[in-house]
Amino acid sequence: MMQFTDWDIFRNLLLAARWTLLLSLIAFIGGTLFGLVLTFMRTSRRKPLVLLVRGFVELFQGTPLLMQLFLAFFGLSLLGLDVSAWTAATLALVLFSSAFLCDIWSGCIESLPKGQWEASRCLGLSFFQTMRYVILPQALRVAIAPTVGFSVQVVKGTALTSIIGFVELTKAGTMLNNATFQPFKVFAWVALIYFMICYPLSLFSQFLERKLNVSGKH
Amino acid sequence: MSYRLNFHDLIPYLPELGRGLLVTLELTLYATVGGILLGTIVAAARISRTRPTRLLAGVYVELIRNTPFIVQLFFIFFGLPALNIKLTAWQAGLIAMVVNLGAYSAEILRAGIEATPKGQWEAGRTLGLTRFQIFTRIVLPPAFQRIYSSLVGQCIIVMLGSSVISQISVEELTFAANFIQSRSFLSFESYLVTALLYLLLAMLMRRGFGLLARYVFRSQSR
Repeated sequence: MMQFTDWDIFRNLLLAARWTLLLSLIAFIGGTLFGLVLTFMRTSRRKPLVLLVRGFVELFQGTPLLMQLFLAFFGLSLLGLDVSAWTAATLALVLFSSAFLCDIWSGCIESLPKGQWEASRCLGLSFFQTMRYVILPQALRVAIAPTVGFSVQVVKGTALTSIIGFVELTKAGTMLNNATFQPFKVFAWVALIYFMICYPLSLFSQFLERKLNVSGKH
Repeated sequence: MSYRLNFHDLIPYLPELGRGLLVTLELTLYATVGGILLGTIVAAARISRTRPTRLLAGVYVELIRNTPFIVQLFFIFFGLPALNIKLTAWQAGLIAMVVNLGAYSAEILRAGIEATPKGQWEAGRTLGLTRFQIFTRIVLPPAFQRIYSSLVGQCIIVMLGSSVISQISVEELTFAANFIQSRSFLSFESYLVTALLYLLLAMLMRRGFGLLARYVFRSQSR
């Protein structure tokens, strides 16, 4: 029987936290890219596209992330793909993030006055030109604080991948708990490490909100 | 890619799904009431004039909002017995939901409270009301109205998050899904049906709370 000192527990948790960070980063970047596509589709005003995106967002906001993980895990294997927990976790988290980010960003775009679109049309700008030169630069200011805020949800979301067998911080916590029988200590450490990752992001988001709002008032 | 979805064989398991759905609903109902109650108390503590109270409430809110629900659940279910606090899985699940919603609703409510014009507090004091009376009778009702839809959204998020409670063997909807997939081997189908049930539940909650708002806030403005 191997003995775990407090340092062993903490060190192992920190090592596992790398995977939490890496998975969060991939999910956030993937979600950003796919979310951008969705946002463009939603602002395009083409009925079928808009409906498709709305359905997608509704589906991912109205079902538990855990179900999405299970569906990705078992759905991919139905398609004959060899799925590791990695693949399923990445797929589910990217789709989950993209749905929420799309919702945040289209909200930001809609918050801009309609006159901006009309003025751009009068100037003869195309949809993409309007987006590129008029809408996005303004929407970006509004969007940046809630986007950083959402990254906290992504980090917390990765905790659920422990359930489909991905070894990250939470899974390492349950494994260490089984080995040491010190649940109070282990889960307190796990919570604290998540807090050390998420709290700076929360603070940064609040800072951005204050900073961008004050100067953004007309 | 020649798999054909088979929903037909799920039919014998409908009672399990129904029972799980009821447990999820029950947990959500208690958690909503308990969480909003706790959130109101914490929101009051956050605007309290005693610094330690404010600080304590702030630490609670930030700790909960910056850690995953599943870790909170594990801490309560596995960790607290070390302090000789024994809980059944169901109790641990409910407490985790209440504690979680409490932090988020406190933060949402605080935004609603801070939007109250200062004159309202002053007017209340002039009328000889105590701070407590001003808070509960003048500040809270319009604050709730202002933040109602975000509060409903948060309650729905907590309902969806409750699927994690299956991990400590509370027999709610996700637990039923796991049970069915292990019996029938129809993994994708059972999770798909369960996901759709959650979606339905979320939509019904939104609709139900919308109707409730029309009734409550209309009778209030009279």
